[in-house]
Amino acid sequence: MIDKIVESAAAALADVQDGATVMIGGFGTAGLPDELIAALMDQGARDLVVVNNNAGNGDTGLAALLAAGRVRKIICSFPRQVDSHHFDRLYREGRIELELVPQGNLAERIRAAGAGIGAFFTPTGYGTILAEGKETREIGGRMQVLEYAIHADVALIKAERGDRWGNLTYRMTARNFGPIMAMAAKCTIATVHEVVELGALDPEAVVTQGLFVQRVVLVPRTATRGAGFKAA
Amino acid sequence: MNTPLPRWTRDQMAARVAQDIEDGSVVNLGIGLPTLIANHLPAGREVILQSENGIIGMGPAPAPGHEDYDLTNAGKQPVTLLPGGSYFHHADSFAMMRGGHLDICVLGAFQVSAHGDLANWHTGAEGAIPAVGGAMDLAIGAKRTFVMMEHLTKSGESKLVERCTYPLTGLACVSRVYTDLAVIDVGTGGATVVDMVEGLAFEQLQAVTAIPLGRGPH
Repeated sequence: MIDKIVESAAAALADVQDGATVMIGGFGTAGLPDELIAALMDQGARDLVVVNNNAGNGDTGLAALLAAGRVRKIICSFPRQVDSHHFDRLYREGRIELELVPQGNLAERIRAAGAGIGAFFTPTGYGTILAEGKETREIGGRMQVLEYAIHADVALIKAERGDRWGNLTYRMTARNFGPIMAMAAKCTIATVHEVVELGALDPEAVVTQGLFVQRVVLVPRTATRGAGFKAA
Repeated sequence: MNTPLPRWTRDQMAARVAQDIEDGSVVNLGIGLPTLIANHLPAGREVILQSENGIIGMGPAPAPGHEDYDLTNAGKQPVTLLPGGSYFHHADSFAMMRGGHLDICVLGAFQVSAHGDLANWHTGAEGAIPAVGGAMDLAIGAKRTFVMMEHLTKSGESKLVERCTYPLTGLACVSRVYTDLAVIDVGTGGATVVDMVEGLAFEQLQAVTAIPLGRGPH
């Protein structure tokens, strides 16, 4: 029998190794798997490479992991936010490596890893400093840049409902990077707010198929919270 | 000298951009000034807003007390979903852009060149923390990329330039620029004035603009 339900976040993260590449879902706070990040903090793995759209908000979660010196490198598109002070300090002190990636390239590099694509050419970033040193080619009359897939050892994502096969649905814009990170990691750990029987998720509406997910952790629903606003 | 020029307010700028967004368009509005455009879309025009974090059919901010931070825009502010709208993951979102499925994208900018080069993500200043987000993907992806920006910097320099001195976001990607003084087409043919704020003379506009301007048919 297949049963991917794990009793706790701590148990789900027990085997994360030092030096691991860890993808963390979320766009700002939407879709950020708080319970799994807290468990990673407690678990103690160091020298991590983190892939997330941002670089932490406030003093908790990913920001706390950074502040504790556990992250060697972050791969993200938008580290600078109004409340990213821990990242800002570490970066200015030269204590964290930053690989800045245009957001669509970040998403597609993750998707490529999950889809077995080694690299791809994209027009995004051509002629900019973020394409410096990269191979370029004219394809279809347009200059394009070679971008490589990003693989991970572990993906930590937040979903809404799941079953024991690991099938997942998400909630609104909390979906963001979850489905593609699930595909790109050797071990994907998802939180859900509800575990349902096989067959209870509408087969037409399953977003992430269970084969992309190794562990599912049930967590209580908490109020959604905001952070990192940028005023209009 | 230094007679204040007549200017459009930010809301008037937004309304001017909105005037050029055709019925049925699918549009991405960038963070900052372009966000205001949503408030000025003319009645009777159906325009679908896309948000990079996975929304098509994005609606306005919710009533106070109804914020749900699982439903936010690219600026991480709470929004709503209109009937007919839906959610998708990030790779699909950027496929919509890069794949040329958006009609118009409106972005803010530090500088735009006469040929439509865009600089809008990084000042390159010492110690500045770079953050690019979706700017580079948006700039090159939509069928038409508009820029909405102040005509001059705070110190009075033209933001329309012969060559961008800030780090580039994209090459030859902007087709039209909306400022507080004028609407100007840019591209391989150089810069052409499409519209100006009422009471502004062409010579006055040229005097504060660092690139040669052609006169449009207005």
